[in-house]
Amino acid sequence: MIKKLPKLLGVGALALSALVGSARAEDTVKVGVLHSLSGTMAISETSLRDVLLFAFDQINAQGGVLGHKIEPVVVDGASNWPLFAEKAKELLEQDKVPVVFGCWTSVSRKSVLPVFEKDNGLLFYPVQFEGEELSKDIFYTAEAVNQQAIPAVDYLLAQGVKKFYLIGTDYVYPQTTNLILYKYLLLHGVPIQNIGGGLRKGSDGKVMSAGKYVPFGYTDFQQIVADIKQFAASGDACVINTINGDSNVPFFKQIVAAGLSPSDCPVVSFSLAEDELRSMPTRNLVGELGCWTYFQSLKTPENKAFLKSWNAWLATENYPGVVKEHRVVDSPMVLSYDGVYLWKAAVEKAGSFDVDKVRKVLESGTISFDGPGGKITVQGDHYTTKNVYIGETKADGQFRILKTFDQVAGAPFILKGLGVQLAAKGM
Amino acid sequence: MRSERSRFELWFLALFALVILVILPGLNAFTSAASALHVSDFTINLYGKYLCYAVLAISVDLLWGYTGLLSLGQCLFFALGGYAFGMYLMLMIGKLGQYHSNLPDFMVFLGYPRLPAHWVPFRHFWFAALAVMWVPGLVAYIFGFLAFRSRIRGVYFSILTQALTYAACLMFFRNDFTFGGNNGLTDFKFVLGYDLRSAATQRVLYLLTGVLLFATYGFCRWLTSSKFGKVQRAIRDSENRVLFSGYSTPNFKLFVFVVCAVIAGLAGALYVPQVGIINPSEMATDKSLEVIVWVAVGGRGTLIGPIIGAIVVNAIKSWATRAFPDLWLFILGGMFILVVLFLPGGIVSLPERLGELARKFRRARAAVPEPVADSAEAKPAPEPDRT
Repeated sequence: MIKKLPKLLGVGALALSALVGSARAEDTVKVGVLHSLSGTMAISETSLRDVLLFAFDQINAQGGVLGHKIEPVVVDGASNWPLFAEKAKELLEQDKVPVVFGCWTSVSRKSVLPVFEKDNGLLFYPVQFEGEELSKDIFYTAEAVNQQAIPAVDYLLAQGVKKFYLIGTDYVYPQTTNLILYKYLLLHGVPIQNIGGGLRKGSDGKVMSAGKYVPFGYTDFQQIVADIKQFAASGDACVINTINGDSNVPFFKQIVAAGLSPSDCPVVSFSLAEDELRSMPTRNLVGELGCWTYFQSLKTPENKAFLKSWNAWLATENYPGVVKEHRVVDSPMVLSYDGVYLWKAAVEKAGSFDVDKVRKVLESGTISFDGPGGKITVQGDHYTTKNVYIGETKADGQFRILKTFDQVAGAPFILKGLGVQLAAKGM
Repeated sequence: MRSERSRFELWFLALFALVILVILPGLNAFTSAASALHVSDFTINLYGKYLCYAVLAISVDLLWGYTGLLSLGQCLFFALGGYAFGMYLMLMIGKLGQYHSNLPDFMVFLGYPRLPAHWVPFRHFWFAALAVMWVPGLVAYIFGFLAFRSRIRGVYFSILTQALTYAACLMFFRNDFTFGGNNGLTDFKFVLGYDLRSAATQRVLYLLTGVLLFATYGFCRWLTSSKFGKVQRAIRDSENRVLFSGYSTPNFKLFVFVVCAVIAGLAGALYVPQVGIINPSEMATDKSLEVIVWVAVGGRGTLIGPIIGAIVVNAIKSWATRAFPDLWLFILGGMFILVVLFLPGGIVSLPERLGELARKFRRARAAVPEPVADSAEAKPAPEPDRT
């Protein structure tokens, strides 16, 4: 039994020495990359890791930040939320990184938030979310609900759509988005019977949840699509889809099977970008709508230059685990990329990597970057102002851009504000 | 053989306890951060997590290694304990949440007018602390009562436990189940008025986990070496014989099942304030399978093996997710395969295996000078009796 002890201690020591890490070289700066590279979220999050490495290489080739080369510390959160918290702690306390780029799911962000607040870290979060959060340690390059769902609904209202069917996966983002849309639609004169999917009321009679919800990985959409078909029989309806992940495949298959075409009942999806469409049968989605703050098909010079150097990087880099074939770029990737440049701009303006100084500069509202999706500016409340685009899915998995909303400011906590407006109108 | 082994085990445990309960926290508290001997708050927190896993692994070993009940849903009880304590922690946040409301954040934005009735008693620490034990215990009792009464055994029992935890996982994922849905419970701030983010509080939690681990070990050692333990092992080896000898095996199994659920619940309750989040993915079936792997790697039916397995596997996981973020699954998988192939008894059996190899080696050397040995003599000597 004694013989086991050295082995155990050996493993412990090995783990410890790896945690403590090597001494920092004078002319590099370590930054954290915290994404799931394994587990259920890996399919989405590895793309973000890739684009971050690309951004670091690009910056390093131009001389780095404040003369320091960026040295990424990539860790795997493994789609495991307590592990995310552990890895965040490791990055902040052991590696003392001045900034972390990472997280995809809201739950991963929620799990690391207390760690960042305790250790005074800086996190750039790049993926569309419900917007019901403010933290002094997190900057949200992500789309808030008013930079995705609300512009999409505005567009549809302008197109003459009168009925809205809400459907999503049962978790916080769809629940909140749909509740916001429910209130927003009521405020814009859409009668309650024209909002489909069902309402759930609390004990005090207030609506707690709007729309139809399915669990993660749900596949049996026959009944729901039959409901939608009935709802859309008048020809002026649309579907607001916040279904996440694989469930979209059977959902759209069923939509097509039911004969619902985009011309009489368009489906606008908020969780399907180019990267997701890569692995989906896109013929079922042709003509359906998407709404993001970036599309790969944008024809701006910034985007063309970005795509060119991204493809060149893909062709030449040799980082293990980076897939080279059939790559596309989408909004979460570009918002990750933007985050790196926004941080760089703030560090250079502050003249320091110090978290407090960088935060102060970012909060001044003067830091912006002309990214692939257009100009993006950090607001004083840690949200970002950027362009919003409505696009139509094409057979090749790309989008044709239908409408641009210029420089929409991200708004936190809009649920409450809408509630107040509704109450003022006596609704 | 047996006494020698338990003497080793005692020594090992004493040393282990010294390191875990005295040296590590001592170095954390009483050395400065610049010192070479300093153990960081991060390491303490990390080991606190491993120790929770070790307690969970012991509970699986008591079920699987000693009673032959392969539960693939032990993490359900772990998560229930975690949720029970998490509810208390949630209510202690007070107005410091995102919405500065007395209600937990997720209730505010889902529009709850007031705290649901079943949340109200969790304002009291003692209620939550007891719920950590009786909620998993009760669930285990009801499930175990039905399963064992119906003579559900072997692989069918395993499948049912897996189905149970999966069903619970789906239920907890629902937002209208009032436990925070997918986001779960998080952003804890205080426990009994102490700041959870301070190093001292985390150190106390770590020490409590260490104490729980050794108490659990002691209790299980006592239980398995009593007459009860003999019946337990008899059930494992031949349940029908025990049944026909007049023992009510369902009651024995039910007792063990409930005890293990309570132990897992306690581990979960200490886990949550240390990692800072509990969400339904803790109940997902793969988590429970992972625990089985720790026990198998460490050595089942030994009580000490699961402790070693849980700590070694998780330490490697922590290290490899950082050092080899793209390859760590292969490293871990490769290790499991090696253990199954070459060390079926787990890490615990390593000294025995090495001893065996050394004996074989000595015999082979002894045999070399006499190449003309009779074929009858070349047969290996019978193995010494291992009992």
